[in-house]
Amino acid sequence: MNQLGFPLLSLIIFLPLCGAVVTLFLRKEAVIKWWALIVTVANFFLSLPLYFYFQSGTAEMQFVERIPWMLSLGVSYHLGIDGISLFLVLLTTFLIPVAVLSSWTYITEKVKEYMILMLLMETSMVGVFAALDLILFYVFWEATLIPMYFLIGIWGGERRIYAAVKFFLYTLAGSALMLVAIFVLYFMNAQATGRPTFDLLELQKFSVPLAAQTWLFLAFALGFAIKVPLFPFHTWLPDAHVEAPTAGSVILAGVLLKMGAYGFIRFCLPLFPAAFAYFVPLMSILAIIGIIYGSLVAFSQSDVKSLVAYSSVAHLGFVVLGIFALNAQGLSGGILQMVNHGLSTGALFLLVGMLYERRHTRLIDEFGGLWKQLPLFGIFLLIVTLSSIGLPGLNGFIGEFTILVGTFQANWIYAALAATGIVLGAWYMLTMLRRVMHGPLDKPANRQLQDLSAREIVVLVPVVIFIFLIGLFPNLFFGKMESSVDTLLSQTRATISMGEPNP
Amino acid sequence: MNISSLNLTAIAPQIIIIITALVVLLAELFTGRKSLLAYLSLLGIIVAAIASWYIWNGTEQRLFAVPMFQTMAVADGYSLFLNLVFLVTAALSVLASINYLVRERINHGEYYALLLLATGGMMLMGSATDLMTVFLALEILSISLYVLAGFNRADLKSGESALKYFLLGAFASGFLLYGIALIYGATGTTNLAAIVDFLKGTGPMRGTYLFIGLGLLLVGFSFKIALVPFHMWTPDVYEGAPTSVTAFMSVGAKAAGFAALGRLLLYAFPTLLGDWVWALAVLSVLTMTLGNLTALAQTNVKRMLAYSSIAHAGYILIGLIAANEAGMAGVLFYLLAYAFMNVGAFAVVIAVGREGEPNLELSDYAGLGSRQPLLAAAMAVFMFSLAGVPPLAGFFGKLYIFSAAVQAGFVALAIIGVLNSVVSAFFYLRVIVYMYMQKPIVEARPVLAPPLALAIALAVLGTIGLGLLPTPFLTLAQQSIAMLFGA
Repeated sequence: MNQLGFPLLSLIIFLPLCGAVVTLFLRKEAVIKWWALIVTVANFFLSLPLYFYFQSGTAEMQFVERIPWMLSLGVSYHLGIDGISLFLVLLTTFLIPVAVLSSWTYITEKVKEYMILMLLMETSMVGVFAALDLILFYVFWEATLIPMYFLIGIWGGERRIYAAVKFFLYTLAGSALMLVAIFVLYFMNAQATGRPTFDLLELQKFSVPLAAQTWLFLAFALGFAIKVPLFPFHTWLPDAHVEAPTAGSVILAGVLLKMGAYGFIRFCLPLFPAAFAYFVPLMSILAIIGIIYGSLVAFSQSDVKSLVAYSSVAHLGFVVLGIFALNAQGLSGGILQMVNHGLSTGALFLLVGMLYERRHTRLIDEFGGLWKQLPLFGIFLLIVTLSSIGLPGLNGFIGEFTILVGTFQANWIYAALAATGIVLGAWYMLTMLRRVMHGPLDKPANRQLQDLSAREIVVLVPVVIFIFLIGLFPNLFFGKMESSVDTLLSQTRATISMGEPNP
Repeated sequence: MNISSLNLTAIAPQIIIIITALVVLLAELFTGRKSLLAYLSLLGIIVAAIASWYIWNGTEQRLFAVPMFQTMAVADGYSLFLNLVFLVTAALSVLASINYLVRERINHGEYYALLLLATGGMMLMGSATDLMTVFLALEILSISLYVLAGFNRADLKSGESALKYFLLGAFASGFLLYGIALIYGATGTTNLAAIVDFLKGTGPMRGTYLFIGLGLLLVGFSFKIALVPFHMWTPDVYEGAPTSVTAFMSVGAKAAGFAALGRLLLYAFPTLLGDWVWALAVLSVLTMTLGNLTALAQTNVKRMLAYSSIAHAGYILIGLIAANEAGMAGVLFYLLAYAFMNVGAFAVVIAVGREGEPNLELSDYAGLGSRQPLLAAAMAVFMFSLAGVPPLAGFFGKLYIFSAAVQAGFVALAIIGVLNSVVSAFFYLRVIVYMYMQKPIVEARPVLAPPLALAIALAVLGTIGLGLLPTPFLTLAQQSIAMLFGA
């Protein structure tokens, strides 16, 4: 259904692309920056009707567009969103202007190329969350690699080339098998139903033979697990995060990682429900290892940015745990936690970037007592840290709490183990806060630091607003995803119980 | 036999190309400006393309075959689509050659004549329906290419390249001829249609001669399209030959080989394909894997592209092995995509070089992104497309071929294929790393000659265009293979 009668999703996807094409012809750096900002902010406001016109009572896809693309193969340009993808689209359109504005002074070289890549990034990421055709999804999924590869490789730190290539190859390797699995699924469905199609909604109606489900699930899951990243596929992440420019880290943590978790919900769950249920223990245990291992490694980091990077491994572990709890709380908690993590970790990366711009180091030992020098910065860092460790009243609490409630219903041991992650998270985040902000201001270099500029406040304030908004009014968000989550789960349960008792 | 039964209209594209070649050869005597010959060649290529289009449209339905020269050759959708591939390759190569030849001081008129003759041979291979025609066309093509490979007489490497190519090419022709002889011995004919009839008559019984004959034929073709382990000549020949020739033959000769092989295997010997399919699968796996792994170790861009072109033959072979309509349409689409992206990549290699400095090492590409942003962007497009990243032409080529393999039940081949593309991404990315992420060593900005720039621009257009709008070309490819399966 498309309640607007207007291809809004396409507009949101391709407006940045058009903006990028126009950028090609602009010359002055200042003009390019403003242009990129205007386009991305406009795109955010353009995406707001998605929320306001979204009908919460239905699990149907909304704002649907469907045009045949490669007719003979059954590939179509099929877009649509439901309660699961709605917030991820909004998160993307929200974080990109933030990222653009945060690069204002950080990026001094090749500004034009940088902004073009940012805009291309937005096009491909919104495409991933809105695509309902497997080939279209795959195209967008792979297309996100190119701009991010350049963002890390050109504007990154010391070891940027290593990090960029590792990022590219890991993700490409992960998704390669997914492509073959897509073909296998396609031909199985075509043989069984006689209608060759890559359409997700059509393929969901086809119940894949149990023996094949396992393999297909694994092929899809590998690609998604690398993207999330799930332990032990996480090793590309710290490299990519540490080397990427601030905006790159924000996008990487804020949106790209979510593509993996989203993939599990959107593709693995409805297409291979029996295999999904079968792999619950394995995936949950990997998620828990990720939570605990990520937290412990984060604690031992001397670089603030890699600390935040490892904390992402832990946080995404929560998201995956929630998804694999296979109940409404776990799933909707997981979805909300994706948004939360995008906001709080995105903000952490922004703050670390601001610190780095001033001091040109990210080593925790180089700081201390910054509160006296940078009170405004301190307030923001405090709020974001508390959001990240899940203080009630802020967004992180809602997500983690809902996930744990869901996990507890599924398996209390998992929930107990995962809860230690919350304690560990508070431990390393607060330690970092103490060592950076409190204590004596004993490093002379820190005495010259300037507090946040107006631009930086403009960057941070919207993020903080949403941190409070989700924390105080979670039902603004849960309400929209409820029917989609419930329908998805009841369909899945129906399919699982129809299958053999021991898949 | 009167002249009308020869059906000259159907063979018009080939005739136009050959006549243009001869005209170029003659015109060289009367003109001092060699670039005129290039434009004359381009004119011939365009006219031949129009003629192909005219034949395509001149029939009621696409399921047509216009036999000529008493069924020695045919003009059908398959051959006409391949004409498009060959003519695109030839046109881009001619454009890329014009200034390169001046720079390398090898600006002789025969170059264009030989290039056109080779193109004529390729087009004939696509339309050959008799083993004798296949052989004849292959020789026209090969002999022209031997000369072209050694065209830079002053360069020892070029001479070495020509000699190697000639010796191994002659060897391969020997295999081919022996195979044709055995097939003739077994079936009593060299005509493909007659062979089809003969095989229908014999039913499931297959002679040993036929089996060995087809095997020898495959060995011959494997040499020509450089399948591992018959690829030994390729890197040296591709590296030594003038770059414009490498661009031309790495696409054209390969496409011609696949063109003839496709018609032989799918039209004439579909029943025998089963006997050889596992051998082909092994060849394809070896070709992809070895090509990519060896390319990883190269620091010379031209040599890297040579190994990469070996690997691509492996991917394309998967489409033939699948032996279904999707696979063959995929092969045709892939060849067209490959023509744009590979000739484009070599054209960039030409553009990076300067007089006296070929600039073939990866380090010569350092900082190209800031020295010549457009050129670097074009190379990046070709590299991503060769690596198979969407939404570029190379991705859709692989998509069609691998999906056809899955459809035919060769899931393992498809998996090995995609894993190979991942490996290949590493060395394609390395070029991009050098261009965008390394500081330039030299600050000079070589000026791009307009024809070369046009060639690169057209190749970029093709690579992106086939990626964003693959449907019309895929439909064309699907229509054009109907003949192979419909007969």
